[in-house]
Amino acid sequence: MTALTMSGGKTSILPGRGGFFGQLSDAFWRHPKLLLLLMLTPPLLWLGIIYIGSLIALLLQSFFSIDDFSGLVNYEFTLSTYAQLLNPANFDIIIRTVVMAALVTVASALIAFPIAYYAARYAQGKWKALFYLGVMLPLWSSYLVKIYAWKLILAKEGILTWIFERLHLSWLLDAVLNLPVIGGNSLSVSYLGTFIVFVYIWLPYMILPTQAALERVPGNLIEASADLGATPRQTFRTVLLPLALPGIVAGSIFTFSLTLGDYIIPQIIGSSRLFIGQAVYAQQGTAGNVPLAAAFSVVPIVIMALYLSLAKKMGAFDAL
Amino acid sequence: MTSAVRFQQVSRHFGQVRAVDGVDLEIAPGEFFAMLGPSGSGKTTCLRLIAGFEQPTSGHIQIFGETADGVPPYRRNVNTVFQDYALFPHLNILDNVAYGLMVKGIGKAERMKAAGDALELVKLPGYGARRPGQLSGGQRQRVALARALVNKPKVLLLDEPLGALDLKLREQMQEELKSLQRALGITFVFVTHDQGEALSMADRVAVFNDGNIVQQGTPQDIYRCPKTRFVADFVGSSNVIAPDLMALLGGEKRWASLRPEAIRLTGDGVEAKVENASFLGAATRLSVDLKGSRLHVMLPAGTPVPDVGASIHLAWQPADIHYMDDAA
Repeated sequence: MTALTMSGGKTSILPGRGGFFGQLSDAFWRHPKLLLLLMLTPPLLWLGIIYIGSLIALLLQSFFSIDDFSGLVNYEFTLSTYAQLLNPANFDIIIRTVVMAALVTVASALIAFPIAYYAARYAQGKWKALFYLGVMLPLWSSYLVKIYAWKLILAKEGILTWIFERLHLSWLLDAVLNLPVIGGNSLSVSYLGTFIVFVYIWLPYMILPTQAALERVPGNLIEASADLGATPRQTFRTVLLPLALPGIVAGSIFTFSLTLGDYIIPQIIGSSRLFIGQAVYAQQGTAGNVPLAAAFSVVPIVIMALYLSLAKKMGAFDAL
Repeated sequence: MTSAVRFQQVSRHFGQVRAVDGVDLEIAPGEFFAMLGPSGSGKTTCLRLIAGFEQPTSGHIQIFGETADGVPPYRRNVNTVFQDYALFPHLNILDNVAYGLMVKGIGKAERMKAAGDALELVKLPGYGARRPGQLSGGQRQRVALARALVNKPKVLLLDEPLGALDLKLREQMQEELKSLQRALGITFVFVTHDQGEALSMADRVAVFNDGNIVQQGTPQDIYRCPKTRFVADFVGSSNVIAPDLMALLGGEKRWASLRPEAIRLTGDGVEAKVENASFLGAATRLSVDLKGSRLHVMLPAGTPVPDVGASIHLAWQPADIHYMDDAA
């Protein structure tokens, strides 16, 4: 404004931009950190106080214990709640959940890799759009609806049993269901069923980071490897896999931690044996044992921390 | 003698695009062979055909007498230095260089020694523990070279390996590559769009245009006797004289080329006007206007340089006029 009037309407070399917003953007331009601060404060407050704060509150709870007679929380520091985790019944829950999460992660990685590889290396234009649609589409519908749909698919009267019957392969399904531990009366009440649904639900979270990592691998590295005499298998093992590993690890963080914490899938599909999520739910709800529930929910956090430090040590993030 | 590389009517079509169209080519063992041409002329596709990244749509390729039809890149004793080096970012320099030996199952001690020797050969000893990201472009280029050479290839393919380097480094690498090739006796096939590079390094040059070879020969041949207008234009420094001007000058009414250094300033030649003079050190290059056409004249150092705008007289030997085909 002032610059304009001062120069008498002629174009000036440094035309000022008046008004509140003009001054504001000038101020931000001169002090870029001010803008950063302004943008980061709300999310930091949210993350720092509400999220981390409640996590710490949870952690504190796990160091209290419950009075067996009154059922009231005894606010004194103790490790006895953690000791309870080592009871055979509780420890079984932890082992069961970790083994399931590990198997789901491995299976997801195995299924996701070829899909991600195709999408990153070959798919173009509308095929790529179709890939994204295909991977994301399941995420658009309700989680509960999908799980109940799977219950119907896997049930004894469900479509899978029917298909096996039609193909005269009922013996195969029966043989699988007769296997110890993973079998059961029908797929919908077996560990195998729980596993299948876990893999289905978390698969997109494995495909997308793997695909992103593979997309960043330059095509000429594959050619260079072949040029130097590596067979496709060697190229996969020594070039493609190490470079895709950060993506696979990122995906496995999702599949592993989501499986560790989920309490709905094992409740609807599977044997009635508890997983960590269900134990937390039962302890803080019906049993009213908040310290034990808190101790249970610390378990996945510790396992994830161990897993990530192990992955880092093995060089999973070297290519980043 | 068997050729190191032999193309028989090789074509590579990508849909409607004829990247390489009926190329015949013979490269002798131990030769430094340059493929020169503008981008999209098919030279890189020819290189990729030798490496095995592409298979010919039709025709046959032989490498040292063995037919390469359907042979994958990892079964060819041919190595490539890639344009952007393609070093493995997750491996250190020594492991990068030893990679080819590693996949062939050579023991660790032996391959590390060979890789160390190769790094010494390209003057990068002691860089083995670094990552590719920590090296400069010129150093990465040498690593790529060492990584290919450590496999003792029969043919080394170089895809514009000097393109990303600055001028001084490029000239230095040109000399080093040339002496390396002489010392090792490996057949080098070198793709470039830089005519100076091709002419200064190669024993023989093939000039590519539109998926085909327009002319093959020694650098001297290509420079002195360009077969077509395209070659004269692309190889560059020669004067291309249009048929009309040739007729005016008393020659045949055909396209012709005349080297700038073959033109002399005399008292009684054709008249021309000096438009510009560039001092190049060892010589001065004049741009002159000869009957409406622009010509270059190279004056050796020591000759008096006429003023811009002056009128001068030019002469040359009839033998220096080289007639060419019209193909542009």
